Amino acid sequence: MCLAVPGKIVEITEDEGLKMAKVDFGGIFREACLDYVPEAKVGEYCVIHVGFAISLLSEQEAQETIDLLKQISSFEEELGPEPGMP
Amino acid sequence: MKYVTEYRDAALVNGVIAEIRKTVTQPWTIMEICGGQTHAIVRYGIDQLLPPEIELVHGPGCPVCVTPLELIDKALQIASQPDVIFCSYGDMLRVPGSEHDLFAIKARGGDVRVVYSPLDAVALARKHPDKQVVFFAIGFETTAPANVMSVVQARKLGLTNYSVLVSHVCVPPAIRAILASPTNRVQAFLLAGHVCAVMGFHEYPSLAETFKTPMVVTGFEPLDIVEGILRTVQLLEAGKVEVANAYARAVTFEGNQPAQKMIAAVFQEVDRKWRGIGTIPMSGWELRPEFDQFNAEKRFELEAIQSEESPICIAGQILQGIKKPKDCPAFGGECTPEHPLGATMVSSEGACAAYYRYGRAIMDA
Repeated sequence: MCLAVPGKIVEITEDEGLKMAKVDFGGIFREACLDYVPEAKVGEYCVIHVGFAISLLSEQEAQETIDLLKQISSFEEELGPEPGMP
Repeated sequence: MKYVTEYRDAALVNGVIAEIRKTVTQPWTIMEICGGQTHAIVRYGIDQLLPPEIELVHGPGCPVCVTPLELIDKALQIASQPDVIFCSYGDMLRVPGSEHDLFAIKARGGDVRVVYSPLDAVALARKHPDKQVVFFAIGFETTAPANVMSVVQARKLGLTNYSVLVSHVCVPPAIRAILASPTNRVQAFLLAGHVCAVMGFHEYPSLAETFKTPMVVTGFEPLDIVEGILRTVQLLEAGKVEVANAYARAVTFEGNQPAQKMIAAVFQEVDRKWRGIGTIPMSGWELRPEFDQFNAEKRFELEAIQSEESPICIAGQILQGIKKPKDCPAFGGECTPEHPLGATMVSSEGACAAYYRYGRAIMDA
Protein backbone atom coordinates (compact mmCIF):
# COMPACT_ATOMS: atom_id res chain seq x y z
CA MET A 1 0.00 0.00 0.00
CA CYS A 2 2.75 2.43 0.88
CA LEU A 3 4.47 1.31 -2.29
CA ALA A 4 6.14 4.35 -3.79
CA VAL A 5 8.45 4.39 -6.77
CA PRO A 6 11.23 6.76 -7.84
CA GLY A 7 10.55 8.54 -11.10
CA LYS A 8 12.20 11.29 -13.16
CA ILE A 9 10.31 14.51 -13.85
CA VAL A 10 10.34 15.11 -17.61
CA GLU A 11 7.76 17.89 -17.97
CA ILE A 12 5.95 20.23 -15.57
CA THR A 13 2.43 21.46 -16.31
CA GLU A 14 -0.54 22.95 -14.47
CA ASP A 15 -4.02 21.47 -14.19
CA GLU A 16 -6.91 23.11 -12.28
CA GLY A 17 -4.48 24.94 -10.04
CA LEU A 18 -2.33 21.88 -9.27
CA LYS A 19 1.33 21.61 -10.22
CA MET A 20 1.46 18.43 -12.29
CA ALA A 21 4.30 16.56 -13.98
CA LYS A 22 4.90 13.90 -16.55
CA VAL A 23 7.09 11.36 -14.76
CA ASP A 24 9.30 8.69 -16.32
CA PHE A 25 9.38 5.40 -14.41
CA GLY A 26 12.10 3.63 -16.41
CA GLY A 27 10.26 4.06 -19.73
CA ILE A 28 6.68 4.10 -18.42
CA PHE A 29 5.20 7.60 -18.23
CA ARG A 30 2.53 8.72 -15.79
CA GLU A 31 1.11 11.95 -14.42
CA ALA A 32 1.92 12.97 -10.87
CA CYS A 33 1.05 15.95 -8.71
CA LEU A 34 4.02 18.05 -7.51
CA ASP A 35 2.14 20.30 -5.05
CA TYR A 36 3.98 18.75 -2.08
CA VAL A 37 7.43 19.23 -3.68
CA PRO A 38 6.98 22.72 -5.14
CA GLU A 39 10.75 23.13 -5.52
CA ALA A 40 11.03 20.15 -7.92
CA LYS A 41 12.53 20.79 -11.35
CA VAL A 42 12.61 18.92 -14.66
CA GLY A 43 15.32 16.25 -14.57
CA GLU A 44 15.05 15.63 -10.83
CA TYR A 45 13.87 12.39 -9.23
CA CYS A 46 10.93 12.11 -6.84
CA VAL A 47 9.35 9.34 -4.81
CA ILE A 48 5.82 8.97 -6.23
CA HIS A 49 2.93 7.41 -4.31
CA VAL A 50 -0.66 7.13 -5.67
CA GLY A 51 -0.07 9.94 -8.15
CA PHE A 52 1.67 12.34 -5.74
CA ALA A 53 5.35 13.18 -5.31
CA ILE A 54 5.98 12.86 -1.56
CA SER A 55 9.73 13.42 -1.51
CA LEU A 56 12.48 14.80 -3.69
CA LEU A 57 15.37 12.33 -3.89
CA SER A 58 18.79 13.57 -2.82
CA GLU A 59 21.47 12.51 -5.28
CA GLN A 60 24.20 13.34 -2.77
CA GLU A 61 22.67 11.21 0.01
CA ALA A 62 22.09 8.34 -2.45
CA GLN A 63 25.75 8.43 -3.53
CA GLU A 64 27.03 8.58 0.05
CA THR A 65 24.97 5.51 1.01
CA ILE A 66 26.21 3.49 -1.94
CA ASP A 67 29.83 4.54 -1.31
CA LEU A 68 29.59 3.54 2.35
CA LEU A 69 28.03 0.16 1.57
CA LYS A 70 30.64 -0.47 -1.13
CA GLN A 71 33.33 0.17 1.46
CA ILE A 72 31.74 -2.34 3.85
CA SER A 73 31.41 -4.92 1.05
CA SER A 74 34.96 -4.56 -0.28
CA PHE A 75 36.31 -4.81 3.25
CA GLU A 76 34.49 -8.16 3.52
CA GLU A 77 35.99 -9.32 0.20
CA GLU A 78 39.50 -8.54 1.37
CA LEU A 79 38.98 -10.56 4.54
CA GLY A 80 37.41 -13.42 2.62
CA PRO A 81 34.48 -15.48 3.85
CA GLU A 82 34.31 -16.39 7.49
CA PRO A 83 35.16 -20.00 8.36
CA GLY A 84 32.14 -22.24 7.99
CA MET A 85 30.28 -19.72 5.82
CA PRO A 86 29.28 -20.66 2.27
CA MET B 1 16.63 2.31 -13.40
CA LYS B 2 18.31 4.97 -11.30
CA TYR B 3 17.66 4.69 -7.54
CA VAL B 4 16.40 1.12 -8.03
CA THR B 5 19.00 -1.04 -9.84
CA GLU B 6 21.93 -0.12 -7.61
CA TYR B 7 19.87 -0.99 -4.51
CA ARG B 8 19.35 -4.55 -5.79
CA ASP B 9 23.07 -5.30 -6.25
CA ALA B 10 23.52 -8.85 -4.91
CA ALA B 11 27.25 -8.43 -4.17
CA LEU B 12 26.60 -5.35 -2.04
CA VAL B 13 23.68 -7.06 -0.26
CA ASN B 14 25.91 -10.03 0.57
CA GLY B 15 28.67 -7.73 1.77
CA VAL B 16 26.29 -5.98 4.17
CA ILE B 17 24.92 -9.33 5.39
CA ALA B 18 28.48 -10.51 6.09
CA GLU B 19 28.98 -7.35 8.15
CA ILE B 20 25.75 -8.12 10.07
CA ARG B 21 27.10 -11.63 10.83
CA LYS B 22 30.32 -10.12 12.10
CA THR B 23 28.51 -7.57 14.29
CA VAL B 24 25.93 -9.80 15.97
CA THR B 25 26.87 -11.55 19.23
CA GLN B 26 23.47 -12.46 20.73
CA PRO B 27 19.83 -13.01 19.71
CA TRP B 28 17.76 -9.97 18.71
CA THR B 29 14.11 -9.61 17.70
CA ILE B 30 13.51 -6.80 15.23
CA MET B 31 10.13 -5.74 13.84
CA GLU B 32 9.69 -4.23 10.39
CA ILE B 33 6.57 -2.14 10.82
CA CYS B 34 5.66 -1.84 7.15
CA GLY B 35 3.88 -4.54 5.13
CA GLY B 36 5.73 -3.44 1.99
CA GLN B 37 8.99 -4.32 3.74
CA THR B 38 7.58 -7.67 4.95
CA HIS B 39 6.75 -8.45 1.34
CA ALA B 40 10.26 -7.47 0.13
CA ILE B 41 11.96 -9.43 2.96
CA VAL B 42 10.08 -12.63 2.15
CA ARG B 43 10.27 -12.11 -1.62
CA TYR B 44 14.06 -11.69 -1.65
CA GLY B 45 14.58 -14.25 1.13
CA ILE B 46 16.42 -11.67 3.26
CA ASP B 47 15.24 -13.31 6.51
CA GLN B 48 16.90 -16.57 5.41
CA LEU B 49 20.20 -14.87 4.60
CA LEU B 50 20.47 -13.36 8.07
CA PRO B 51 22.42 -15.04 10.87
CA PRO B 52 20.21 -17.22 13.10
CA GLU B 53 20.54 -14.76 16.00
CA ILE B 54 18.34 -12.24 14.20
CA GLU B 55 14.61 -12.82 14.08
CA LEU B 56 12.45 -10.50 12.01
CA VAL B 57 8.84 -10.20 13.12
CA HIS B 58 6.22 -8.57 10.97
CA GLY B 59 4.34 -5.51 12.03
CA PRO B 60 0.85 -4.06 11.50
CA GLY B 61 1.84 -1.63 8.72
CA CYS B 62 -0.61 -2.93 6.15
CA PRO B 63 -3.62 -0.60 5.87
CA VAL B 64 -5.66 -3.10 3.91
CA CYS B 65 -5.08 -5.67 6.68
CA VAL B 66 -6.00 -3.41 9.59
CA THR B 67 -9.05 -1.68 8.09
CA PRO B 68 -11.84 -2.86 10.42
CA LEU B 69 -14.57 -5.14 9.16
CA GLU B 70 -17.27 -2.58 10.07
CA LEU B 71 -15.75 -0.06 7.69
CA ILE B 72 -15.57 -2.58 4.87
CA ASP B 73 -19.23 -3.36 5.51
CA LYS B 74 -19.98 0.38 5.30
CA ALA B 75 -18.12 0.54 1.98
CA LEU B 76 -20.19 -2.39 0.71
CA GLN B 77 -23.43 -0.67 1.78
CA ILE B 78 -22.50 2.57 0.01
CA ALA B 79 -21.23 0.80 -3.12
CA SER B 80 -24.53 -1.13 -3.38
CA GLN B 81 -26.61 2.04 -3.64
CA PRO B 82 -27.91 3.20 -7.03
CA ASP B 83 -26.29 6.24 -8.63
CA VAL B 84 -23.05 5.70 -6.72
CA ILE B 85 -19.66 5.30 -8.35
CA PHE B 86 -17.50 3.72 -5.63
CA CYS B 87 -13.75 4.20 -6.15
CA SER B 88 -10.98 2.39 -4.34
CA TYR B 89 -7.33 1.46 -4.54
CA GLY B 90 -7.17 -1.96 -6.18
CA ASP B 91 -6.09 -3.95 -3.14
CA MET B 92 -9.32 -3.20 -1.21
CA LEU B 93 -11.59 -4.86 -3.77
CA ARG B 94 -11.30 -8.44 -2.62
CA VAL B 95 -11.11 -7.78 1.08
CA PRO B 96 -14.07 -9.66 2.54
CA GLY B 97 -16.60 -7.88 4.70
CA SER B 98 -18.95 -9.85 6.92
CA GLU B 99 -20.68 -11.38 3.89
CA HIS B 100 -19.01 -10.42 0.64
CA ASP B 101 -16.48 -8.06 -1.00
CA LEU B 102 -16.51 -5.11 -3.42
CA PHE B 103 -15.96 -7.46 -6.36
CA ALA B 104 -19.25 -9.16 -5.50
CA ILE B 105 -21.02 -5.77 -5.53
CA LYS B 106 -19.50 -5.08 -8.95
CA ALA B 107 -20.60 -8.50 -10.22
CA ARG B 108 -24.17 -7.64 -9.16
CA GLY B 109 -24.10 -4.48 -11.24
CA GLY B 110 -22.66 -1.98 -8.76
CA ASP B 111 -20.40 0.68 -10.21
CA VAL B 112 -17.13 -0.10 -8.41
CA ARG B 113 -13.94 1.26 -9.94
CA VAL B 114 -10.24 0.93 -9.21
CA VAL B 115 -8.36 4.21 -9.36
CA TYR B 116 -4.61 4.81 -9.38
CA SER B 117 -4.88 8.15 -7.58
CA PRO B 118 -7.66 9.88 -5.61
CA LEU B 119 -7.43 12.69 -8.18
CA ASP B 120 -8.85 10.17 -10.69
CA ALA B 121 -11.91 9.87 -8.43
CA VAL B 122 -12.26 13.68 -8.38
CA ALA B 123 -12.09 13.66 -12.20
CA LEU B 124 -14.88 11.04 -12.26
CA ALA B 125 -17.03 13.28 -10.04
CA ARG B 126 -16.60 16.16 -12.51
CA LYS B 127 -17.44 13.90 -15.43
CA HIS B 128 -20.56 12.42 -13.80
CA PRO B 129 -22.42 15.25 -12.03
CA ASP B 130 -25.56 13.06 -11.87
CA LYS B 131 -23.74 10.42 -9.77
CA GLN B 132 -22.36 10.37 -6.24
CA VAL B 133 -18.65 9.52 -6.42
CA VAL B 134 -17.26 8.02 -3.21
CA PHE B 135 -13.57 7.33 -2.62
CA PHE B 136 -12.45 4.75 -0.05
CA ALA B 137 -9.66 6.78 1.61
CA ILE B 138 -7.65 4.19 3.49
CA GLY B 139 -3.98 4.22 4.34
CA PHE B 140 -1.17 5.23 6.64
CA GLU B 141 0.60 8.60 6.69
CA THR B 142 2.12 7.90 3.24
CA THR B 143 -1.26 7.98 1.53
CA ALA B 144 -2.78 10.84 3.54
CA PRO B 145 -1.34 13.70 1.43
CA ALA B 146 -3.01 12.32 -1.71
CA ASN B 147 -6.31 11.58 0.02
CA VAL B 148 -6.61 15.01 1.66
CA MET B 149 -5.69 16.79 -1.57
CA SER B 150 -8.64 15.13 -3.30
CA VAL B 151 -11.00 16.71 -0.74
CA VAL B 152 -9.33 20.11 -1.02
CA GLN B 153 -9.49 19.93 -4.80
CA ALA B 154 -13.16 18.85 -4.76
CA ARG B 155 -13.98 21.84 -2.56
CA LYS B 156 -12.03 24.19 -4.83
CA LEU B 157 -13.91 22.89 -7.86
CA GLY B 158 -17.25 23.28 -6.04
CA LEU B 159 -18.11 19.58 -6.41
CA THR B 160 -21.20 18.53 -4.42
CA ASN B 161 -21.11 14.90 -5.56
CA TYR B 162 -17.70 13.84 -4.15
CA SER B 163 -17.12 12.30 -0.74
CA VAL B 164 -14.58 10.11 1.01
CA LEU B 165 -14.99 7.15 3.36
CA VAL B 166 -11.97 7.65 5.63
CA SER B 167 -10.08 4.91 7.44
CA HIS B 168 -6.68 6.41 8.19
CA VAL B 169 -4.22 5.01 10.71
CA CYS B 170 -0.82 6.19 11.98
CA VAL B 171 2.40 4.34 12.81
CA PRO B 172 3.63 5.92 16.10
CA PRO B 173 0.52 4.97 18.18
CA ALA B 174 0.79 1.38 16.87
CA ILE B 175 4.46 1.18 17.90
CA ARG B 176 3.51 2.55 21.33
CA ALA B 177 0.76 -0.09 21.68
CA ILE B 178 3.15 -2.91 20.71
CA LEU B 179 5.91 -1.77 23.08
CA ALA B 180 3.51 -1.16 25.97
CA SER B 181 2.01 -4.66 25.70
CA PRO B 182 3.10 -7.08 28.47
CA THR B 183 3.65 -9.77 25.82
CA ASN B 184 5.95 -7.59 23.73
CA ARG B 185 9.21 -9.15 22.55
CA VAL B 186 10.26 -6.58 19.95
CA GLN B 187 13.67 -5.07 20.77
CA ALA B 188 14.08 -2.70 17.81
CA PHE B 189 12.11 -1.33 14.87
CA LEU B 190 12.75 -0.79 11.20
CA LEU B 191 10.65 2.34 10.60
CA ALA B 192 8.58 2.62 7.42
CA GLY B 193 10.57 4.70 4.91
CA HIS B 194 7.68 6.20 3.00
CA VAL B 195 5.66 7.06 6.11
CA CYS B 196 8.78 8.95 7.23
CA ALA B 197 9.19 10.57 3.78
CA VAL B 198 5.92 12.37 4.57
CA MET B 199 6.10 12.75 8.38
CA GLY B 200 9.86 12.85 8.97
CA PHE B 201 11.06 11.00 12.05
CA HIS B 202 10.75 13.65 14.76
CA GLU B 203 7.86 11.70 16.36
CA TYR B 204 10.08 8.72 17.18
CA PRO B 205 12.97 9.77 19.47
CA SER B 206 10.64 10.20 22.48
CA LEU B 207 9.09 6.75 21.80
CA ALA B 208 12.56 5.19 21.48
CA GLU B 209 13.65 6.82 24.73
CA THR B 210 10.49 5.88 26.71
CA PHE B 211 10.74 2.21 25.76
CA LYS B 212 14.57 2.04 25.41
CA THR B 213 14.13 0.70 21.90
CA PRO B 214 16.32 1.77 18.95
CA MET B 215 14.66 2.50 15.61
CA VAL B 216 16.05 2.87 12.09
CA VAL B 217 14.26 4.54 9.17
CA THR B 218 14.51 1.97 6.38
CA GLY B 219 13.76 1.89 2.63
CA PHE B 220 12.27 -0.83 0.48
CA GLU B 221 14.92 -2.22 -1.87
CA PRO B 222 16.94 -5.25 -0.69
CA LEU B 223 20.05 -3.15 -0.06
CA ASP B 224 18.00 -0.59 1.88
CA ILE B 225 16.56 -3.33 4.08
CA VAL B 226 19.87 -5.01 4.90
CA GLU B 227 21.41 -1.61 5.60
CA GLY B 228 18.50 -0.86 7.97
CA ILE B 229 19.08 -4.20 9.73
CA LEU B 230 22.85 -3.60 9.98
CA ARG B 231 22.34 -0.15 11.52
CA THR B 232 19.77 -1.64 13.94
CA VAL B 233 22.07 -4.47 15.01
CA GLN B 234 24.95 -2.00 15.49
CA LEU B 235 22.72 0.10 17.81
CA LEU B 236 21.47 -2.97 19.71
CA GLU B 237 24.94 -4.43 20.18
CA ALA B 238 26.29 -1.06 21.37
CA GLY B 239 23.35 -0.64 23.76
CA LYS B 240 22.45 2.68 22.11
CA VAL B 241 18.88 4.00 22.07
CA GLU B 242 18.74 6.18 18.97
CA VAL B 243 16.62 6.83 15.92
CA ALA B 244 18.89 6.49 12.87
CA ASN B 245 18.12 7.13 9.21
CA ALA B 246 19.14 4.47 6.68
CA TYR B 247 16.97 6.00 3.93
CA ALA B 248 18.52 9.46 3.78
CA ARG B 249 18.03 9.88 0.02
CA ALA B 250 14.26 10.11 0.54
CA VAL B 251 13.73 11.00 4.22
CA THR B 252 14.64 14.04 6.31
CA PHE B 253 14.11 14.53 10.05
CA GLU B 254 11.39 17.15 9.45
CA GLY B 255 9.71 15.28 6.58
CA ASN B 256 7.53 16.91 3.95
CA GLN B 257 6.29 20.17 5.46
CA PRO B 258 3.67 21.14 2.80
CA ALA B 259 2.17 17.65 3.07
CA GLN B 260 2.06 17.71 6.90
CA LYS B 261 0.39 21.14 6.80
CA MET B 262 -2.29 19.96 4.38
CA ILE B 263 -2.99 16.81 6.44
CA ALA B 264 -3.38 18.94 9.60
CA ALA B 265 -5.80 21.27 7.79
CA VAL B 266 -8.11 18.47 6.67
CA PHE B 267 -7.73 15.64 9.20
CA GLN B 268 -7.94 15.47 13.00
CA GLU B 269 -6.77 12.70 15.34
CA VAL B 270 -9.27 10.05 16.39
CA ASP B 271 -9.35 6.67 18.16
CA ARG B 272 -9.25 3.95 15.52
CA LYS B 273 -10.04 0.28 15.66
CA TRP B 274 -7.35 -1.86 14.01
CA ARG B 275 -8.59 -5.13 12.56
CA GLY B 276 -7.09 -8.01 14.53
CA ILE B 277 -5.70 -5.73 17.26
CA GLY B 278 -8.57 -3.64 18.63
CA THR B 279 -8.97 0.05 19.39
CA ILE B 280 -5.79 2.10 19.81
CA PRO B 281 -6.36 5.58 21.28
CA MET B 282 -5.70 8.52 18.95
CA SER B 283 -4.22 6.16 16.38
CA GLY B 284 -5.76 7.54 13.21
CA TRP B 285 -7.31 10.43 11.37
CA GLU B 286 -10.80 11.48 10.37
CA LEU B 287 -12.10 14.47 8.43
CA ARG B 288 -12.39 17.70 10.41
CA PRO B 289 -16.03 18.81 10.92
CA GLU B 290 -15.58 21.70 8.45
CA PHE B 291 -15.29 19.03 5.74
CA ASP B 292 -18.51 17.21 6.75
CA GLN B 293 -20.03 17.74 3.32
CA PHE B 294 -17.26 15.50 1.90
CA ASN B 295 -17.69 12.83 4.58
CA ALA B 296 -19.37 9.74 3.09
CA GLU B 297 -20.39 8.50 6.56
CA LYS B 298 -22.43 11.70 6.98
CA ARG B 299 -23.73 11.85 3.41
CA PHE B 300 -25.20 8.34 3.27
CA GLU B 301 -27.77 6.75 5.56
CA LEU B 302 -26.07 3.60 6.81
CA GLU B 303 -27.64 0.74 8.73
CA ALA B 304 -26.15 -0.26 12.06
CA ILE B 305 -23.43 -2.82 11.47
CA GLN B 306 -22.59 -5.88 13.55
CA SER B 307 -19.57 -7.78 12.34
CA GLU B 308 -17.77 -10.87 13.52
CA GLU B 309 -14.24 -12.10 12.99
CA SER B 310 -13.21 -15.72 12.57
CA PRO B 311 -12.54 -17.33 15.98
CA ILE B 312 -9.62 -19.37 14.55
CA CYS B 313 -7.62 -16.49 13.07
CA ILE B 314 -4.48 -15.37 14.96
CA ALA B 315 -3.89 -12.24 12.82
CA GLY B 316 -3.93 -10.00 15.89
CA GLN B 317 -0.99 -11.83 17.43
CA ILE B 318 0.87 -11.91 14.12
CA LEU B 319 0.40 -8.15 13.67
CA GLN B 320 1.96 -7.57 17.09
CA GLY B 321 4.92 -9.85 16.45
CA ILE B 322 3.82 -12.46 19.02
CA LYS B 323 3.21 -15.25 16.49
CA LYS B 324 4.24 -16.18 12.94
CA PRO B 325 1.92 -17.35 10.12
CA LYS B 326 3.11 -20.95 10.41
CA ASP B 327 1.84 -21.04 14.02
CA CYS B 328 -1.75 -20.92 12.69
CA PRO B 329 -3.58 -24.23 12.08
CA ALA B 330 -5.72 -22.62 9.36
CA PHE B 331 -2.77 -21.23 7.35
CA GLY B 332 -2.78 -22.47 3.76
CA GLY B 333 -5.73 -24.82 4.41
CA GLU B 334 -8.88 -23.16 5.59
CA CYS B 335 -7.29 -19.74 5.11
CA THR B 336 -5.79 -18.75 1.73
CA PRO B 337 -5.56 -15.46 -0.23
CA GLU B 338 -8.68 -16.58 -2.17
CA HIS B 339 -10.61 -17.27 1.05
CA PRO B 340 -8.91 -15.26 3.78
CA LEU B 341 -10.14 -15.67 7.35
CA GLY B 342 -8.44 -12.56 8.65
CA ALA B 343 -6.40 -9.44 8.35
CA THR B 344 -2.95 -10.75 7.48
CA MET B 345 -4.12 -12.96 4.59
CA VAL B 346 -6.33 -10.36 2.89
CA SER B 347 -3.68 -8.08 1.41
CA SER B 348 -0.59 -9.05 -0.58
CA GLU B 349 1.36 -7.06 2.02
CA GLY B 350 0.00 -9.05 4.93
CA ALA B 351 2.52 -11.41 6.52
CA CYS B 352 0.36 -14.52 5.91
CA ALA B 353 -0.23 -13.64 2.26
CA ALA B 354 3.50 -13.01 1.73
CA TYR B 355 4.40 -16.35 3.37
CA TYR B 356 1.74 -18.12 1.31
CA ARG B 357 2.81 -16.54 -1.96
CA TYR B 358 6.50 -17.38 -1.57
CA GLY B 359 5.88 -20.87 -0.22
CA ARG B 360 7.58 -20.03 3.05
CA ALA B 361 5.51 -22.18 5.40
CA ILE B 362 6.18 -25.26 3.29
CA MET B 363 9.92 -24.56 3.14
CA ASP B 364 10.11 -23.96 6.87
CA ALA B 365 8.02 -27.00 7.79
